Amino acid sequence: MFDIIRRNLKTGQVTVPVTAGGDPEFELVGAELKAKLSRLLNGRSLHVREVDAGSCNGCELEITGLSTPVYDIERFGIHFVASPRHADVLLVTGPVARQMELALRKTYEAAPEPRIVIASGDCALDCGVFAGSYAVYGPVESVIPVDIRIKGCPPPPMSILRALLAAVDRL
Amino acid sequence: MADDRSTGTESVTVPLDRLASTCRALSRQPRARLACAAAENDPRCPGAFAVHYVFSLPERSLYSSVGAPIPASAPSFASLTPLLPAANLHEREIREFFGLTPVGHPDPRPNLLHELWPEGTHPLRRDFDPAAARSGQPAPDYPFQRVQGEGVFEIPVGPVHAGIIEPGHFRFSVAGEPIINLEIRLGFVHKGIEKLAEGRTPAEALSLAERVSGDASFSHGLAFCQAVERLAGAEPPPRALLLRVVFAELERLYNHLGDIAGIATDVGFAFGAAQMLILRERVLQRNRELAGHRLLRGIVVPGGVTADLAGSSAESLRSFLASLLADFIEVERIYLEADSLMDRVEGTGVVPRKVAEDLGAVGPAARACGVDEDLRQDHPYAAYAELPFQVQLQEDGDVAARMAVKAAELRESVSLISRALDRLPEGPCRSGLPDGNPAAGTALGWAESSRGEVLHRLTLDSQGRVARLKIKSPSFSNWPLLSWAVRGEIVPDFPLINKSFNLSYSGNDR
Ligand code: SF4
Repeated sequence: MFDIIRRNLKTGQVTVPVTAGGDPEFELVGAELKAKLSRLLNGRSLHVREVDAGSCNGCELEITGLSTPVYDIERFGIHFVASPRHADVLLVTGPVARQMELALRKTYEAAPEPRIVIASGDCALDCGVFAGSYAVYGPVESVIPVDIRIKGCPPPPMSILRALLAAVDRL
Repeated sequence: MADDRSTGTESVTVPLDRLASTCRALSRQPRARLACAAAENDPRCPGAFAVHYVFSLPERSLYSSVGAPIPASAPSFASLTPLLPAANLHEREIREFFGLTPVGHPDPRPNLLHELWPEGTHPLRRDFDPAAARSGQPAPDYPFQRVQGEGVFEIPVGPVHAGIIEPGHFRFSVAGEPIINLEIRLGFVHKGIEKLAEGRTPAEALSLAERVSGDASFSHGLAFCQAVERLAGAEPPPRALLLRVVFAELERLYNHLGDIAGIATDVGFAFGAAQMLILRERVLQRNRELAGHRLLRGIVVPGGVTADLAGSSAESLRSFLASLLADFIEVERIYLEADSLMDRVEGTGVVPRKVAEDLGAVGPAARACGVDEDLRQDHPYAAYAELPFQVQLQEDGDVAARMAVKAAELRESVSLISRALDRLPEGPCRSGLPDGNPAAGTALGWAESSRGEVLHRLTLDSQGRVARLKIKSPSFSNWPLLSWAVRGEIVPDFPLINKSFNLSYSGNDR
């Protein structure tokens, strides 16, 4: 373990080379986000609650990726929380499955105002390929008010970061 | 279904009263496993149905299906569950989605459909009316199993969980610390994919197949395309078959890396998790460079693949994998030396081999109990027949064994990819299907995803449109294992045990 730690110290941040393969802009947007958050929330981080309302799990795969060392969005002040009661932002994925509609409503109601809602992914926006199914209630905005929309199937990490920046602007 | 050994499948139709005995005979063949059971509407006779049981017979590299017609006058069939426990959830699903009664089945409860649907809602029946189902009186509450006794109490968890994971409901009955019983209630992300596919062209249905479970996009797409190709009597060009191996193994790589990281996360071994997740991300980024999509969507199509590897990208993939493997081996060594990790995973969450066999377990979860099955070997598809490899087995059936199987499979994946690249012939990576339209009929397609057997049973009508698509995900086969694995364990170990299976909710619920 110490070998790796030593090498990591030598190579600098582990995040750098891999992130560069994705998008150098990630760092820029992240820095902007961090600056805004420290102004707005007095140094507290932005609390995000993820809600899978019927996703295929592709959207979750990318969102969990944001917390890995490669993106490490925690360093910009984004914190994924366990309970909607602590959430500033709800990040909702999937077409709303009929069997999740109630749970989504309850989660929304449990979140404190102003509870910014991000609908993330094509399914959340218009049900994507699942549109028209008997088992699908509708897009996220048919159940709860939506503030920010992210396209993509699934949206790549960069798009999610931008949406979080937009969410901060609404606080 | 084409009764042709060259397709690796055979099927027979028997009278309904001989269905159970025929299945019993099949189930007694060596290493036989019930892979799935599916019902369908009879296309010629409204109100009549058919049921089919599909067995995997690895000794003969054969999927053998037995079907029987069910008349409109008596919508029922004899349940196989008392004899073959693996039939349990399949038959419950047939009951709820088609309204056919498996007579003698010990559990009359629905599986995926929740109380919000009125009783008598059977979405896959041809005469299903979604508007009526939406406006009807909800069904009575789901009767959970009750475990009673002094000091026994229940802990309900979910559907919405603390982490970024899919929704599902878990109900623990505990006495003091140990879990006596875990009841798993899923279906929350049921999207009606099988019904949605009906009436679509194969190309349209493919985009649904790729979205059954996001992290198995390629495997589900591949299984579906192979079913289409069997119907069309088309074989993709050799280059395509090898490229399918490359992409399928890249999918396994990123998933196994993520799964091993998840286990580290759940024991608080953050350093180990972080290192594995870096490797996973490297694979996802490489997927994007190679194929234009991190989850490998839009690549497999009937007749081949859409993404080719030009000379230089094959070379760079090779060196990428060499460095990935070197880094993996270094991190793996740290895992094995970390007592804080190994103490938690060894002996935890044991699934006995007999249970895995009886429940029809698949994939790494089965192999971790010593059950020798892997579709890449048992039912070779794509180019696996020309790429021999060692099926990775463990004996203990615990979290450590599941982790060890995945770690060993990572190495096999790297080797499979590099050998596939070695053999890559010149030529096209895609061929058209003969005269555009595949023939009417039914065919199976399958793939060994990172979790195990993905099976698609596709029926096309005379217009070349989907008449029925039955999707069996590996998670559907394996969820019941989790209830066994946690028995006698303590609730705080549940997340760890659950993560060691890392099953897909969406794949299960569809
Ligand atoms: S947008 Fe795409 S990745 Fe996200 S849930 Fe829908 S199908 Fe899955």
